[in-house]
Amino acid sequence: MNGQVIAGQLLVGLINGSFYAMMSLGLAVIFGLLNIANIAQGAFYMMGAFFSWMLLRWGGIGYFPALVLVPLGVGLIGMAIERLLLVHVYKLDHMYGLLLTFGILMFTQGLFVWLFATAGRPYPVPPALSGGFDLGFMFLPKYRAWIILTSMTFCLATWFVIEKTPVGRTLRAATEKPMLTRAFGVNVPALMTFGFGVGVALAGAAGLLAAPIYSVSPIMGGDLIIVVFAIVVIGGMGSILGSIVTSLSLGLLEGLARVVYPQSANMVVFIIMIAVLLIRPAGLFGRER
Amino acid sequence: MKMNFDKAGWIVLIVALLVAPWIFYPLLLVKILCYALFASAFNLLLGTCGLMSFGHAAFFGTAAYVAGHAAKVWGLPFEACLAVGVAAAAAVGAVFGYLSIRRQGIYFAMITLALAQLIYFLALQLPFTHAEDGLTSIPRGKVLGLFSLDDNIVLYYTTAVIFLAAFSFIYLVINSTFGQIVRAIRDNEMRAVSLGYDVNRYKLLAFTLSAAIAGLAGANKAIAFKLATLVDVHWTTSGNVILMTLLGGLGTLFGPVAGALVFVMLENYLADSGLPVQLVIGAIFILCILLFRRGVIGEIERLVLRRS
Repeated sequence: MNGQVIAGQLLVGLINGSFYAMMSLGLAVIFGLLNIANIAQGAFYMMGAFFSWMLLRWGGIGYFPALVLVPLGVGLIGMAIERLLLVHVYKLDHMYGLLLTFGILMFTQGLFVWLFATAGRPYPVPPALSGGFDLGFMFLPKYRAWIILTSMTFCLATWFVIEKTPVGRTLRAATEKPMLTRAFGVNVPALMTFGFGVGVALAGAAGLLAAPIYSVSPIMGGDLIIVVFAIVVIGGMGSILGSIVTSLSLGLLEGLARVVYPQSANMVVFIIMIAVLLIRPAGLFGRER
Repeated sequence: MKMNFDKAGWIVLIVALLVAPWIFYPLLLVKILCYALFASAFNLLLGTCGLMSFGHAAFFGTAAYVAGHAAKVWGLPFEACLAVGVAAAAAVGAVFGYLSIRRQGIYFAMITLALAQLIYFLALQLPFTHAEDGLTSIPRGKVLGLFSLDDNIVLYYTTAVIFLAAFSFIYLVINSTFGQIVRAIRDNEMRAVSLGYDVNRYKLLAFTLSAAIAGLAGANKAIAFKLATLVDVHWTTSGNVILMTLLGGLGTLFGPVAGALVFVMLENYLADSGLPVQLVIGAIFILCILLFRRGVIGEIERLVLRRS
């Protein structure tokens, strides 16, 4: 087995890990505030990729403006959905939140299949990011390095905002004690809408990052979100840095599995989930709620 | 009054089962019955035990593949095919149950979903499931070694008997001491623990039972339609069975049956209409959760009980 193959697969693993990180971080923010396991996160990821494609195809708007416009657009749609639909299930059993977002996933996926069919659409790598570096032991395409850097920037920015700024402090207060935070005059429902917007915007941004390397297709989000759910079971949704670390390591392990035994690659996350459930049922960074 | 409501339900069900094949196409009815049993099995777990499995397709699909393989490759008789299908689903159910009851609430649902996806990938890669093609032209065989199931009327009544037997079994389980304890766990787990019940053992048993019955439905479906494919193990099937149960009335005895009826009819209609199935199903899912949480039977029950 040669080193180039291993390094290549580990790189792919790290890239997938970056997507997992953005997705699970979004899930964690939403779960913390709204107490909903948002399975529609997969649909927002797909939407992010499609919006980028539409911007380029229909508006001639390229990758870098899309980097701002896509998360913004997906976030706004998410906020509208939260106001229109999700608000009605907050007082119900948390099961209804999961089911409602599942309905949203089915609906959105169905809508895009209806409009665009299931065939994948290519999205070009922006010219500024094509080409690559020769690292000696492997060739590193610029865009792949860009994905990892950008997604880490998004994740760390989210971490910074939540842990280190006044907005984040209020957000955390609303997560821990919504009633008490309200009593201090904070508009918690607005904060929840905002939090949902941020969470799905992360998924939308991941969709944009994924567009040039995976083809843009209506069904790209459904299977991804299940893997992310497994990752969240492994790592727990309590800690932001915890979910980033878990996501990246599982991406790497997946890459490693692809080298050792390719058939197992898409199962390895689930198998690790089983092992974690057996050894440490509460999850690695477990804080059950 | 509730007793009378159930009694009326049983009479309607049995009469409908007897008369239906003379009015509707038997194969469509067989499909409805298989999904009705599948949804009833799911409802046994969610409605009675409060455990929301998002991976019931794993049991339905595993049994479909195993029963199909038994009929096609091993050449087992019809009854034996059902039995091995159920056994396989129960085994997978016991393992999944053991793993997933280690976590509560929303994590439970996420774990079942993830475990079911593992079964999906296995079905995609194991040699005997034939990946994208699935198991096709599974022979139906003969029931009791006498009557050929290739006659659609025989197939229908056989399925109806299996359905009725399993459905009655579910009814007995719900109304047994076991059912009462499981409901007590659903309503107040801490109190059940303090009363000395081994909560996890009851949960695991309920989970395995539900998986086994879902397996019976899947095995029956595979033989009746001579087909076991990746759709049977896909997460959309897990979602569909949840929708059927919700649509008909979660936690009601006859709800899942009504839900399966509405669902299969709707799917049938949509397939001909050219409308996108997933889009409509998704929309109904959303509406059902926002506006119609009691479901068809739940609403009827409420109206009837209020009038009296």
